Amino acid sequence: MTREMTGAKMVVQALKDQGVDTVFGYPGGAVLPIYDEIFQQNDIRHILVRHEQGAVHAAEGYARSTGKPGVALVTSGPGATNAVTGLTDALLDSIPIVVLTGQVPTFMIGSDAFQEADTVGITRPCTKHNWLVKETDKLASTIHEAFHVATAGRPGPVLIDIPKDVQFANGEYQGPKPSASHYHPTVKGDMQEITELVAAMETAKKPVFYTGGGVINSGPAASQLLRELVEATGFPITSTLMGLGAYPASGDNWIGMLGMHGLYEANMAMHDCDLMINIGARFDDRITGRIDAFSPDSKKAHIDIDPSSINKVIRVDIPIVGDVAHVLEDILKVWKSRGRKTDSANVAQWQAQISDWRKVNCLAFTQEGKTIKPQHALARLEELTKDHDRYITTEVGQHQMWAAQYLGFEDPNRFMTSGGLGTMGYGFPASIGVQMAHPDALVINVAGEASWLMNMQEMGTATQYRLPVKQFILNNERLGMVRQWQELLHGERYSHSWSEALPDFVKLAEAFGAKGILCSDPADLDDAIMEMINHDGPVIFDCLVAKHENCFPMIPSGKAHNEMLLGEAETQGVIDSKGSVLV
Amino acid sequence: MSALHIKKGATRHSAYNLRPNFSDVQERHTIAVLVENEPGVLARVIGLFSGRGYNIESLTVAEVDHTGHLSRITIVTTGTPQVIEQIKAQLGRIVSVHDVHDLTVEGPSVERELAMLKVVGDGEKRVEALRLADIFRANVVDSTLTSFVFEITGAPDKIDAFADLMRPLGLAEIARTGVAALLRGD
Repeated sequence: MTREMTGAKMVVQALKDQGVDTVFGYPGGAVLPIYDEIFQQNDIRHILVRHEQGAVHAAEGYARSTGKPGVALVTSGPGATNAVTGLTDALLDSIPIVVLTGQVPTFMIGSDAFQEADTVGITRPCTKHNWLVKETDKLASTIHEAFHVATAGRPGPVLIDIPKDVQFANGEYQGPKPSASHYHPTVKGDMQEITELVAAMETAKKPVFYTGGGVINSGPAASQLLRELVEATGFPITSTLMGLGAYPASGDNWIGMLGMHGLYEANMAMHDCDLMINIGARFDDRITGRIDAFSPDSKKAHIDIDPSSINKVIRVDIPIVGDVAHVLEDILKVWKSRGRKTDSANVAQWQAQISDWRKVNCLAFTQEGKTIKPQHALARLEELTKDHDRYITTEVGQHQMWAAQYLGFEDPNRFMTSGGLGTMGYGFPASIGVQMAHPDALVINVAGEASWLMNMQEMGTATQYRLPVKQFILNNERLGMVRQWQELLHGERYSHSWSEALPDFVKLAEAFGAKGILCSDPADLDDAIMEMINHDGPVIFDCLVAKHENCFPMIPSGKAHNEMLLGEAETQGVIDSKGSVLV
Repeated sequence: MSALHIKKGATRHSAYNLRPNFSDVQERHTIAVLVENEPGVLARVIGLFSGRGYNIESLTVAEVDHTGHLSRITIVTTGTPQVIEQIKAQLGRIVSVHDVHDLTVEGPSVERELAMLKVVGDGEKRVEALRLADIFRANVVDSTLTSFVFEITGAPDKIDAFADLMRPLGLAEIARTGVAALLRGD
């Protein structure tokens, strides 16, 4: 199907043909023709953000909570450079988003024109792929290719830079053609390796599944197959921050998140296991701790769609390149055809050992006195919201780790957080993207006051579109995680890790036309949370919490999984000079 | 270490050699990368090397298939076997890259480089330069009464050796193309 139309019209038509219903954006000189087309149609809803970084994070939130690619539209120059943080965030967490940027007209490129930036040059290392479209005839096919690249293989952000003259000019519109691309990554795993993994599973005495964001990226089928495999084998399962929800937190074999602030039982199981089955995770440094002491006695299998993830950090014995759902299906098939064998006696003993570790009760805390402990705030939030159709986003820092520890995720695509890049300011705009995709759901951004302030301008977006996002701010008037590291590593010299000029969050909410709730007394907490849930509109919940609470358990920098700190008493002098250079 | 040949679009992955070889020995590999001939593709490849801290000893690039819009980039790099495997895997995931060949493991291969050397001098040194050029089968492509420009083709170490000999004889300038390489046989 070819039709002649302007480049600007092509952009809108191509988005429609790709099934896009929502675009997050901010207009400017170089994208005015596209905005003019958006004005004249009703199929695609445009959400006006208040900063381009917010548009990209909102698109990420939309993508993570739906599994569909998110779309952002921004102008040239500063519009594009403001999008860079979001693009990098999506790259590190493998989130499919398509960002459209305006560009100065082709004949002015390279002349340092007004609002000109070398957008494809700047974003080349922070996108999976990017394009500068110089001919209107190629615009539609490039947009279709961009959606394919963003979602095929390991997902990621892509960017299309569209000069203004290309938007005005006429060209032939091309509909989507699935076979047009040469980019088709391998999805099916090698059967020989899969059979080797199944054989290892049959004889393993101390196996553990270590799952990551790849399970969620692979789609709902992957989570379903994972659950089936875990139930059938009875092996314990832990997950990275990015993978939470793929296996339900209430499941029998769930042993909690692993890693730097992971659960004691999960990290001990990783350290002592004899078979580690990594499914869609990438041995990130937040997970491994000290590499040379990482799970020293285990055989390691690694399932990943990206060959460059395999053997990048940790040497593995059974590498399987493929899509998680495809590989899990084959594992189940082979394992069943060979008679569903496991070493159940030894696995039962291993589960008993894990139960003993669980008795350490590493997340225990005591809520007493008139100050709310952050852990208590999240435990109450969990209790009062877990039965809702609930989506959680977070900012970055202590509150993010506490959210991962104290909230239970029963399904994939329910927890949106900046894992790889650790972007403060991610959670609020992401919650807007999630709410757009799920208008009737309860969307809560668990935040720290410092992170939240980084993109607080998006309150304007939330109120304009009546998005009832709940901003649950654990306010300790500190950069909590920075403060914690300064306490442990820098002689309790708290250099610039607090703000002396925090806003009154209730008044701030009211200034934007939203509702503000202040809570400082543990006795009021439940009622205040209920008030937040029941309010039909955006809420800023200012929860004043203990100011010097540290996040435990913690694997200190340069230490192994079995050298966790469980509480304040263990923190003196634990990080040596070698460890202190690590972040 | 067996051959790694990343064929994008293949339905089976056994072409990947992902069994680890974690020796600390620095190896020198010649890698041929077939890429889409489009603006910015060289920047993607070079950006990968600089961004991830890999070495480039030599790099050549030119279009090799006009109708298919393909260019061939030949990269000589050094690293431990793990780093070499990472380089190939990282190159393979660039969307514009069609094929990655490690000629060092897929070998044997032939490697050639072209260099031009300007040698300035007179008298006995000038005669000696011309005599050595003859031994190395270098051609004279420009001459004045006090200088020669030699053109020499060969493996990089042959060019190194010729340059070393020319240095005391008045080597003023050298331009090298970098390595082009092909597998032997069919």
